[in-house]
Amino acid sequence: MLDAQSIRPDQVPNRAGVGYKAQHLDDILQNPDSIGWIEIHAENYMGDGGRPIAQLRHLRERFAVSCHGVGLSIGAEGPLDQDHLNRLKKLVDWLEPGLFSEHLAWSTHDSHFLNDLLPVPYTQATVDRVVAHINQVQDTVGQQMLLENPSTYVAFEESDRTEIAFLSEVASRSGCGLLLDVNNVFVSATNQNYSPEGYIDAFPTDLVGELHLGGHEEDADDFGATLLIDSHSRPVVDPVWALYEYTLAKAGPRPTLIEWDNDIPEWDTLATEAARADRLLSSVAARAD
Amino acid sequence: MAAQSQFAQALLDPAQPVPEGVIDPEGRPAGKRFDVYRNNVVVSLLDAMETAFPVIQKLIGAENFRNLAGLYVREHPPASPLLMFYGEDFPAFLQGFTPLSHVPYLADVARLELMRRSAYHAADTTPVAADALAQVAPDKLMDLRLTLAPSLRILTSAYPVVAIWNYNMLPDAPKPPATSQTTLITRPELDLEMQEISPDMAAFLGSLQAGNTLGEALANATTNDTAFDLTAGIVLMLQHGLIIDILS
Repeated sequence: MLDAQSIRPDQVPNRAGVGYKAQHLDDILQNPDSIGWIEIHAENYMGDGGRPIAQLRHLRERFAVSCHGVGLSIGAEGPLDQDHLNRLKKLVDWLEPGLFSEHLAWSTHDSHFLNDLLPVPYTQATVDRVVAHINQVQDTVGQQMLLENPSTYVAFEESDRTEIAFLSEVASRSGCGLLLDVNNVFVSATNQNYSPEGYIDAFPTDLVGELHLGGHEEDADDFGATLLIDSHSRPVVDPVWALYEYTLAKAGPRPTLIEWDNDIPEWDTLATEAARADRLLSSVAARAD
Repeated sequence: MAAQSQFAQALLDPAQPVPEGVIDPEGRPAGKRFDVYRNNVVVSLLDAMETAFPVIQKLIGAENFRNLAGLYVREHPPASPLLMFYGEDFPAFLQGFTPLSHVPYLADVARLELMRRSAYHAADTTPVAADALAQVAPDKLMDLRLTLAPSLRILTSAYPVVAIWNYNMLPDAPKPPATSQTTLITRPELDLEMQEISPDMAAFLGSLQAGNTLGEALANATTNDTAFDLTAGIVLMLQHGLIIDILS
């Protein structure tokens, strides 16, 4: 059905994209121009075959794709899982994603996969380990990786530098780019008591290859302080949209993902979020001209 | 190594204290903040279990399933980031769970759900042409080895597992009979197909799958008094696109 318009674009454009969910396939194929690109979670396409891979091959003929890993455990104290790296390489080889990203986090320990993005202390030892792991990933996959800033709920006593100092050193030593998740900035800034705008001001935005936007939930810690939880289960809230505009004003337009992974809505709701990001992207692009 | 070990153990065991050095921005112990990670890990794995075992969930009820899966995910966290295959130890876990020993078929139903999942994600293959076997000289036929589709799964059970699955997942499916059932799962294209087959058909297909010749498979499927119907076996394989290569 898409064969006539098979264009197989490689480069992810400075437009809004969405995290691809199978229940939206028909809507996406019927309204392909409502989004500029799609993002997939790499691990969902690491089976040997079947419907998920067939759908993705089909979509790839029409859309540029960003490949977002959630299972590499870049921040782990132990070595990376070579089998998993090989699976990632196999996927990247046929998918030819325009962007490829992973998280500053760990999820695997003693061969147990804990299925969450767990935090790391910001120390020299962690920088060295993360740089070594990213070098290994980029050498294996043969493509630059974007490293995503995390949503964090705790801090570590041993941390001796800011998240931005940490990310900047990792990027400059490994040659990786950065994925700036604006909702994560808002969540972490609230949880860790710093200014989200100050974070954006200090962030090396010239290294940013992609932006993320998503929804979060609100809770409270033991002392009644607001604790935001990165849930990807709701619309993007207005303060995060404002922070996104603030980011675009500094960084210029960048491919922007609407992340919605839990309580997934009807397509129209997601498309409305994407359209809002697209409007902001085109207005900042117009100002730059 | 110690820090992440301690962190990982505390995630899966709510009785353990928050790991040392994990604090809030004021330097106080992290408490509820650490519990966010605990909750994320367990809830996301429970969700993965619900996706994997919808029939078990129906059979024992949503709340019981959530409680039981809660025990399982702490004892058997995933060994791989490919959550589409998570739960491989669940059948054995169910079998060993004595409070549910009055529902003895649960473990086999869980095996069936796992098999469907792995068949769904198996490699795509193209069957040989329907007349490929007809091209073989009759005296060579019994020496052939056939490569069968990697999505093929067979489950032999003392319980009516296909009927139980159908009754819980399909509208208007009849009540399961009190009988044993052998299940064949195939995936000719992208959709799974499931049907009951006879034990001798299962022996025949299993023997071919293990790399034996047609002649050996025929012998393995033939019980003392009944010769296996080879034609029926070949027809079934061709109907479901199971033969993907013929090795002489």
